[in-house]
Amino acid sequence: MTNLGAGLILQLVLAAVAMLTALTIAPSLRATVTGSLSALLALAGLTTGALAMTGATGGILIPLALPMDALILAPDRLGGLFMVVVSVVGLLVSIYGIGSATGPATSRTAWAALPIFLLGMQLVPAATDSVSFLLAWEIMTLGSTVLLLADHASRASVASAGIWYSAMSQLSFFLVLAGFAVLAAATGGTSFAAMATIEPGSWAANLAFLLLLLGFGGKAELVPLHVWVPRVLPEAPSHVSAAMSGAMVKIGVYGALLVCLRLLPEAPPWWGILIMLLGGASALYGILQASVSSDLKVLLAYSTTENMGLVFLSLGASVLLRSYDAVAAADAALIAALLLAVSHAVFKATLFLGAGAIIHATGERNLDRLGGLGSRMPWTALSFGIASLGAAAIPVTSGFVAEWMLLQSLIHGGRLNGEVVSVAASVAMPLAVAVVALTAGLALLTFVKAYGIAFLARPRSSAAALAHDVPLLMRFPLLLGALGVLALGLIPGPVAAVVAATVGPQTALAAVPVGLGGVALPGIGAVLDPVMLVVLSALVLIPILIAIIVSARTHPERINALPWGGGGSRARPRMQYTATSYAEPLVRVFDDVLKPSRDVQVTHVGESRYLVERVKIEQTVSDVIETRLYRPVLNLMQRYGIVARYAANGSIHRYLTYSFVAFLIVLIVVSL
Amino acid sequence: MNWSAIVIALVQVVLFVFLAPLLVGVMRQVRARVSGRVGAGIWQPWRDVRKLLRKDPVRAQDSSWMLRAGPVALLVSSLLLCVLLPLVGTVPFSRIPSDLFVIVSVMLIGVVALALVGLDGGTAFGGMGSSRHMTVAALVEPTFLLSIYALSIPAGTSTLSLIVQTRLDTPEIIISPVSVLAIVALAIAIMAETNRLPVDNPGTHLELTMLHEAMVIESSGRDLAWLELGSWLKLAALLGLVANLVIPWGVVTDFSVLALLLGVITIGVKVLLLGVLLAVGEVFLAKIRLFQVPELLAGSFALAFLAVTASYLVA
Repeated sequence: MTNLGAGLILQLVLAAVAMLTALTIAPSLRATVTGSLSALLALAGLTTGALAMTGATGGILIPLALPMDALILAPDRLGGLFMVVVSVVGLLVSIYGIGSATGPATSRTAWAALPIFLLGMQLVPAATDSVSFLLAWEIMTLGSTVLLLADHASRASVASAGIWYSAMSQLSFFLVLAGFAVLAAATGGTSFAAMATIEPGSWAANLAFLLLLLGFGGKAELVPLHVWVPRVLPEAPSHVSAAMSGAMVKIGVYGALLVCLRLLPEAPPWWGILIMLLGGASALYGILQASVSSDLKVLLAYSTTENMGLVFLSLGASVLLRSYDAVAAADAALIAALLLAVSHAVFKATLFLGAGAIIHATGERNLDRLGGLGSRMPWTALSFGIASLGAAAIPVTSGFVAEWMLLQSLIHGGRLNGEVVSVAASVAMPLAVAVVALTAGLALLTFVKAYGIAFLARPRSSAAALAHDVPLLMRFPLLLGALGVLALGLIPGPVAAVVAATVGPQTALAAVPVGLGGVALPGIGAVLDPVMLVVLSALVLIPILIAIIVSARTHPERINALPWGGGGSRARPRMQYTATSYAEPLVRVFDDVLKPSRDVQVTHVGESRYLVERVKIEQTVSDVIETRLYRPVLNLMQRYGIVARYAANGSIHRYLTYSFVAFLIVLIVVSL
Repeated sequence: MNWSAIVIALVQVVLFVFLAPLLVGVMRQVRARVSGRVGAGIWQPWRDVRKLLRKDPVRAQDSSWMLRAGPVALLVSSLLLCVLLPLVGTVPFSRIPSDLFVIVSVMLIGVVALALVGLDGGTAFGGMGSSRHMTVAALVEPTFLLSIYALSIPAGTSTLSLIVQTRLDTPEIIISPVSVLAIVALAIAIMAETNRLPVDNPGTHLELTMLHEAMVIESSGRDLAWLELGSWLKLAALLGLVANLVIPWGVVTDFSVLALLLGVITIGVKVLLLGVLLAVGEVFLAKIRLFQVPELLAGSFALAFLAVTASYLVA
């Protein structure tokens, strides 16, 4: 048996053992034992994936009596990369789960579902045929649904989130299944190798592409299939939302890559434009919703839609450019998509774990009631801050390098050897640059708001004032994640080279490491060495530090309640800007897109109308796509359901009449 | 690593640290004279910095390390701009080229640091300034990147040094419609980014109108000195970039002491001239409402987008 096969079997065994222990072991030991076993499962997946990335072959084959190709689990290099990504997130989440488990999240079912969820995510990239792919996909969905429902007894909103999640994930499943079915019908095989023989440009290829793109886009939270995101990710326990957002949505990305690189590699230009449109719309819509949200976990959830939008935008650019034979830019865009996915996995998992730490310490996820946590939870503040920098694509983090590469590929994509590639590309590329720039700008605002309001200034509630940092087992994965964000940003060269090698031998030449961890794009002629940037910053910092030290000797700092306080002496914490007020200018600017509803209630003092006792302002920004696209459909279904209730009222006589009428109709039709 | 690049970078930093306060002093003096006042003299910003460094920094009780580190981060980001932009010379570092995306990101470090300093004070003013500042910064981004993108197309690279070099070699592209559109868009973006009129009034202390002043209002002593110096440096460096894009002559391309001296003098003159022009223009401008700023920026974005597509389809 090959190493890969052994690794996969080890994963299956570990998952089964972890599930069994969760169901049988005493509650006091459950978190420790099952959590450790889940961490081991993640390590096994990490090893298998890493082996697959180095080019190892092999796997497990399950022959079937049914008339289809045998089930084969054998990850290729790309699959290996995604196994590594989901396993790293799984490892962080498992450790964090041990530390954070309190309340309903420690139940038997919740702990048994975690290894199932992790296993499902690890097996999807290993599948080489559509049947095992869909099986693993459903294992993943099942595990995540059960995990999501852990808190259902304490909050009613969890149940509603569960329904949305189930409905949307089954929609995704159905679309993917239909796409595979079209391919299988056209080629006569259920393995990916057989499906890839489909004739490019045929109607079946186009139809399958559309179905699969929507299916995988739904899993990757793309607009307009993202409606489950702002409900599900905030309601799930924090380590589960970290796993969903950090790892599970990457499976959607993997699916899209599978379609674009393996199944239907010869794409016409309009596929690329379609993917770019979906991605660009998701990026803008996601970040706009995130920037005006005051709920920390909703903010992070929408920001995931944004990041996945950017991934799809770069994937679409790659497909478009490849269809015009602009190979160098296409390869750079593809590597950018992979880097974006990898870096998002690390920083978003860290951010969700950080949000979990805040909830653990304060019980509060509304930014308007937080504040001043920086001095009370220094470790959380540090890791959340670094991960925020990654999400805002500030140097020297992983997010920055990925966006840099994307922008490089976009600005070099419009032309090939000085000639205009095509009119479509020369309009699409500048627009894409604008979308990425606006997204980056809004992401900056979003994460300045998230970090600044939660961790800086003074606490806005007593819960925030009394907060303490989280236990060691929760702190450790947080710090590990933050280190990952920095490491990926400091040595992007080797990372990009490894990632590039997973998509193909040609792409490996598109991004090569230079210098101290820097990256070069030889086909484009762009170089970036973040370590040098750090060295340069350190050099210019030296004189400033000397000046500070000299000045601090004679002029020490003085601590005052408030140096100026707006000229007043009574500066209370509630006079500070809140997250809602922080985003207010943005809400006004994007009024037409966000459609906010505002409610201002003024209570006057009894004696005079001119004196105000209390002003209460409520502002809600609802998801426009949900209210405009999904609500009408749901209302229609509901009305139909009410009508159908009269038809099926439980009376046996009525049902017998239906049968009789149906029978008559059949007889008449047959006799015609 | 090439030595000429290091020497030029060093000269740029030292020059701009001296030039930036002088530029601000000149601009204030011009504004004062044009509007009929005497003014404080062109060396006043320098005296301000010296005065601030000799004071105890007063910090709010609940503030975090951000109040200390933020000003330094802003100053470092501005100094990095002075190192990386092609101001005195166009010899780029081999591994950190003056790539436009790197430049913009380095600038954003300063933007973020300033916004966080504004929030950390824990007053309504700081939060207000910070919120407005980030809104403007987010909306400026697309114009910024697209206008430099438009300039990068004739040069075939996103490295600003090489863009300036190309414009020096083929001066006819400077007055092409594409280039003019892009420069106008870039100038508007820079005005917004550096908190100048008509987006923010740098001379005001009226709370309702301010962006920059609102954020630094709780800072004092050396904290304030770093914040002010950092902002001035950013203004000077970005004006220097525009100056070199419009009038690239005098920039050092082949390293020699004489060329370096000429480069220093020309960039100094160019930046000060542009500053005087800007100051005179600002006297006749009124600050626009905050909620009209997006319209201004949308206009500049349209110009930049036109420039990019035109350079693809026309050139």
